[in-house]
Amino acid sequence: MSIWFPYLVTDWYRVRHRELANKPLVFTIKEHGRVIITATNKEAEKQGIGAGMAAADAKAIVPSLQVVDDIPGQAERLLRAIGEWCIRYTPSAAIDMPDGLLLDISGCAHLWGGEQQYLNDIIVKLRSRGYDLSAAIADTPGMAWAAARFGHNPIVEPWCSVAALLPMPPAALRLDPIILARLQKLGFRSINSFIGIKRSALRRRFGEGLLLRLDQALGKEPEVIIPLQHITPYEERLPCLEPIRTAGGIEIAIQKLLEALCKRLKGEEKGMRAAILKCYRVDSRITQVEIATHIASRNIAHLFKLFELKIPGIEPALGIELFVLEATKVEDIVAGQESLWMAENCGLGDTDLAELLDRIAGKVGADTICRFLPQEHYWPERSIKTTRSLAETPATDWRTSRPRPTNLLARPEPIEVTVPVPDYPPMLFIYKKQLHQIKKADGPERIEREWWLEAGELRDYYTVEDEEGKRYWLFRSGRYSGEQQAQWFIHGFFA
Amino acid sequence: MFPDAKKDIISKLQKDILQQEGYRSQPADIKRIPGLENIEAAFPGRFFPTGAIHEFLSFEPEHGAASGGFIAGLLGSLMQRGGACLWISTARKVFPVALHTFGVSPDRIIFVNVQYDKEALWVMEEALKCKGLAGIVAEVRELTFMQSRRLQLAVETSHVTGFILRTDARRLTTTACVARWQIKPVPSQLEAGMPGVGFPRWEVALLRVRNGKPGKWTMEWQSGQFQLITEKLITVVIPEQIRRVG
Repeated sequence: MSIWFPYLVTDWYRVRHRELANKPLVFTIKEHGRVIITATNKEAEKQGIGAGMAAADAKAIVPSLQVVDDIPGQAERLLRAIGEWCIRYTPSAAIDMPDGLLLDISGCAHLWGGEQQYLNDIIVKLRSRGYDLSAAIADTPGMAWAAARFGHNPIVEPWCSVAALLPMPPAALRLDPIILARLQKLGFRSINSFIGIKRSALRRRFGEGLLLRLDQALGKEPEVIIPLQHITPYEERLPCLEPIRTAGGIEIAIQKLLEALCKRLKGEEKGMRAAILKCYRVDSRITQVEIATHIASRNIAHLFKLFELKIPGIEPALGIELFVLEATKVEDIVAGQESLWMAENCGLGDTDLAELLDRIAGKVGADTICRFLPQEHYWPERSIKTTRSLAETPATDWRTSRPRPTNLLARPEPIEVTVPVPDYPPMLFIYKKQLHQIKKADGPERIEREWWLEAGELRDYYTVEDEEGKRYWLFRSGRYSGEQQAQWFIHGFFA
Repeated sequence: MFPDAKKDIISKLQKDILQQEGYRSQPADIKRIPGLENIEAAFPGRFFPTGAIHEFLSFEPEHGAASGGFIAGLLGSLMQRGGACLWISTARKVFPVALHTFGVSPDRIIFVNVQYDKEALWVMEEALKCKGLAGIVAEVRELTFMQSRRLQLAVETSHVTGFILRTDARRLTTTACVARWQIKPVPSQLEAGMPGVGFPRWEVALLRVRNGKPGKWTMEWQSGQFQLITEKLITVVIPEQIRRVG
């Protein structure tokens, strides 16, 4: 069976933009400085616009033409999606680029009560989704292809396939445009007109391709279609005879589901990064919990622990009758080399550590965990950046040429100072109503504000030590100017 | 019975008791921390007990910074063999850039910022069960005996070193920690006539040590390691490189 979508991309676009219904629409692509039409819809085609035209010409014909930029690969994505949808009709569905699908329906049609009903079902369902299509069933993929595009009868019976093919134009044989042009030039307007010519003569003039296509359409040569591989979701189901209401019961269910799922993951050398457990309750509600891991894992004990933290969040109410566990994000696991002895310290790449962080993230939230990496900025607040990843390594060295306080206040706090002008450190300062006499001081270290990032005053930092030996990081915001007092701040504490 | 035999029995009993209390005496495990020999002598077995919980008191932000620096110095030795470290806090103040001064590479520290003490302690307990970590630091307001006991039990199987930084002075309960420290900043010393601020200098007090001798020392962090300061030693040898003050 062949399905042909004459206006695939434009149909898809129109379904998403209701306001464009019944308006001429084209997809365009820029090529060598010209804007070329790649796809049209029915309304545009009626006006004489076709693929390969320049958009400017088409606009001249139909001023109200809607022009949309083409999305590369969209047709294939759509065909793949529709093909996967079609797997409900047959186990082997294949994409037939650029605008069709080929389904091998051997032994499937009777389930729908015959070929006619089968065909109607597909056509009605796809039409209801807004796709214009024509489909045909025949003995061979080539014949079905021809019948879908050029035939009058959607179902070509085995005994009349030759008769159906003969009146069709040569284009029905899926030929190269060059050969088609040559056939056209020689006046072969239908297959009927050249099928009687000797094969050797046809081969000499038009090459092997024409004969192959002809034989494929008539079933003399085999044609293999490459069916779409449907990816079965990583999902396990556990129906319960009696509704489950206790935490113990839920634990057993999770354990069983994880065992089944991890067995499959192990076979495929994969591990899960995220999983979701859906609990279908007796009162037809669904409660669900989600977990996520830092590195792909298929360690049952670890994953169980992550779920165990979430069990208090599951509300069984009258009972749960079905558990569904789905791994929503799956990644390949590179099998690690097992070491003979335990390394004393593990680095950041260690599995134990990743599992610990998963547990922490499960309990107190993933946003609580972070690491800091150096950034090439002098401005203290910007000299570090946070990262959630364990694998990210510092792009630059940690800068240690200037003293930096062990504890940094999130926001500098204003202090009162007594300070000799112009460039001396303060003699004393009051912070939180406490007077600190400064005995030793170092500075200033001027840090300019990065004007390309934000506007504001520069800072002059001083390292100071008071009479008790407590060390602080103070700064003056801005330069001294005649009329207004410069404001001083405390920004950190040294060890 | 001969007096020698009696001594042997007593020392063997002491060793057994120490082992039961969570001390390990295998020499292979001993980590020497450079410059800390005098303080190590205060502990039973004359070595710094790793695989135990240490408690630091800091009631003022300045003390917190000093304790942070001291702990970072210890972590620097513990993390030398390429381990990772967890720093748990309810209100993170520590500035990662400065930790580099104390020999720790800050990108190997994972910071966990939680909301409550309870969560911080839960995270700490979970982390202490993870064998591979080099050290875990937790800043909490207070620590009850029960909580400290739980941490100690977790540590006994994994042998990870934990540091608790307590910031609430009002309720100073007994804990099951192996040592209670207090680090206070003291005025730094410079060569006569030199301007600026000297190396970080602390008064390190071991307030309580299980089966050890409490004491008080003046320590300084210079050229990448601890340095004991005795009263006689006033002239500090300043190395040629740029001074690093944390």
